[in-house]
Amino acid sequence: MSYSDAEIWLIIAALGIGTYLIRFSFLGLIGNRELPPWVLRHLRYTPVAVLPGMVAPLALWPQATGGETDPARLLAALATFAVGLWTKNVIAAVAGGIATLYAAQYLLG
Amino acid sequence: MSASFLRGLRDGLPFLLVIVPFALLFGVVGTEAGLNIAQVMGFSILVVAGASQFAALQLMIENASTVMVLVTALVVNLRMAMYSAALVPHLGDAPLWQRACIAYFNVDQTYALSQARFEDDPGLALPRKVAYFFGTAAPVCPAWYAITYVGAILGGAIPPEYGLDFAVPITFLALIAPALKTLAHVLAALTSVALALVFAGLPSGLGLILAALAAMAVGARVELWQERRAA
Repeated sequence: MSYSDAEIWLIIAALGIGTYLIRFSFLGLIGNRELPPWVLRHLRYTPVAVLPGMVAPLALWPQATGGETDPARLLAALATFAVGLWTKNVIAAVAGGIATLYAAQYLLG
Repeated sequence: MSASFLRGLRDGLPFLLVIVPFALLFGVVGTEAGLNIAQVMGFSILVVAGASQFAALQLMIENASTVMVLVTALVVNLRMAMYSAALVPHLGDAPLWQRACIAYFNVDQTYALSQARFEDDPGLALPRKVAYFFGTAAPVCPAWYAITYVGAILGGAIPPEYGLDFAVPITFLALIAPALKTLAHVLAALTSVALALVFAGLPSGLGLILAALAAMAVGARVELWQERRAA
């Protein structure tokens, strides 16, 4: 990470204010107006639109190995996803992923 | 303390099972990535939104530009505009200072609980709805701050060979899997993955934004098709 302290605080403050304004938007400013259906339709997909795109390169080309595909991390990613799909339980998925990562790192050396 | 507040508090308690490990992880990963304790706490107290905090952190680890960090993390939080709109019919008549506080505490858990409760019992009086909402925030938000702090203290003590670089991807994957509720969600996620990989060569964050916008459009489009088919 190569940001100055001022840049880091700028990010924290701007993200805090921006997030607050998103939360305040309708409650505070816009009031009892309906969101148009097409806007709602897009907003519903924001988490599944951002997070998978963020994970995919990290799982395939981890920084810790200088961008080389690492079998242990790839296995851990698949295990996390599989446990998450199977149990619908976020904590179980994290636990499964971390256990797989350590097991695979140990077994694959 | 009113009965509504206590009921909200009781309903919020089980969420600690999710909040505690995530807050711990954010504290640990944040300090490992190079933030100091005040900055880690700044995130948890001023932003109060786990997924976007992790997203910002990940892009900062990749040294993305400040603008890209902000845009990506804010896109992750856009769904909260939906929460804000959904609470207006129930809490929109509360005094401005109360709405200002509600907005600050309007996170995934408080929103989900309150929305469900208000729909179950639409006749609930406004002050009781407000009390219920703050009741749900009472265990969730302070735990988020306090456990982040514990994580930040621990983070300095954990050596880097524990593979914590991969904690953030694992966290995101764990959040994604249960969110794939419909075909539209699945296709949006696949679009996001495919385009993020295609655009991987673009400056950090830019490819992700383009992938996310396309994925949102795909999700919306598929939803529309399915509605028309069902109609």
